[in-house]
Amino acid sequence: MTPINQTMVQKKILFISRHAPYGTSLAKDALEAVLAASAYDQNLSLLFMDDGVFQLLSTQDSKDLEQKNFAAMLSALTFYEIKNIFVHLESLLARQITINEIAIDGIQIVDSAAICNLLIQQEQLLSF
Amino acid sequence: MIFSLAIYAAPYSSQASDTAYRFATAVIANRHQLYRVFFYHDGVHNSSALITPPQDEINLTLKWQQLSKDYNVDLVVCVAAALKRGVLSELEAKRYGKPSHNLHQNFEISGLGQLIDAAVVSNKLITFGN
Amino acid sequence: MSILHTVNKSPFSHTILLSCLQLCGKDDAILLLEDGVLCAIKGSPFIQELSTAIEKGVKVYALAGDVKARGLQEKLHPNIYTTDYNGFVKLSIEHQCVQSWY
Repeated sequence: MTPINQTMVQKKILFISRHAPYGTSLAKDALEAVLAASAYDQNLSLLFMDDGVFQLLSTQDSKDLEQKNFAAMLSALTFYEIKNIFVHLESLLARQITINEIAIDGIQIVDSAAICNLLIQQEQLLSF
Repeated sequence: MIFSLAIYAAPYSSQASDTAYRFATAVIANRHQLYRVFFYHDGVHNSSALITPPQDEINLTLKWQQLSKDYNVDLVVCVAAALKRGVLSELEAKRYGKPSHNLHQNFEISGLGQLIDAAVVSNKLITFGN
Repeated sequence: MSILHTVNKSPFSHTILLSCLQLCGKDDAILLLEDGVLCAIKGSPFIQELSTAIEKGVKVYALAGDVKARGLQEKLHPNIYTTDYNGFVKLSIEHQCVQSWY
């Protein structure tokens, strides 16, 4: 396997996380991929949409499931300095989630039109 | 053009890994380079040497292995996803004191960094999920 | 700059076609594959949304092998093209990125 050439130009990579936590492990796997990517010095963005917006609810309490609280796991994003984090407005509205229920700070709420623009600026999409 | 694939679905339960394989052969047939196939989430099940389909069904693990041999394609299985689903290399089996190992030849176990590397190195990274 | 969207689920049991259409720009293309080809049936309750996208300029394709396997050859909406894996590779090159909806 070839190691990444450090002199390479940064790529614009958007992770799209569309699945609810707990029911499947896709949300967790997406987060782990984003955190792994943060070590590679690329231009990273992360978008929550569809049921992925349920990952953001601050009221999660997963003790009974004996699983880590997803909202707490998401707080790692700030620690890893992932700055461009977006959430899809229409997905929030459809699921009755308000801004003050979102667990992570600094998230940008964007509508479908803005996401269309975001998508076409990317060089790779990682679909979760 | 350099392609890589990310596979998140188990074989047989869903069509996704079969679709990925057919796409992979078309990439090669069209004279593009297939740099890496990264198996993550339930996709790690594609790398089990113990997969034993009936004679009249496709053996995707063998197909991937052949593709890797013939066209020098990296077949990388995410270590964390593989271990918790019971797909282990000989080395991992020893490390965790397990009685046997089942990672198929030509597949290698590595970290999620190899998915990111594939995204950086390739012109196209295509995800196959279920 | 445009996106190729792949959709692999039936619109009768999943909402991914609608999610995809929300983000689909006029220069984008949609490739229906696996159970996603069930989105392409003419006269179905979901074809209106797809037709609106097609009128806007979006190209919609269905993977021929998946259509044939499911016996839908004669049921496809006339504005949806069939393509094969070579076409899938070509579409992925013609568009900047691929978003997989699953």
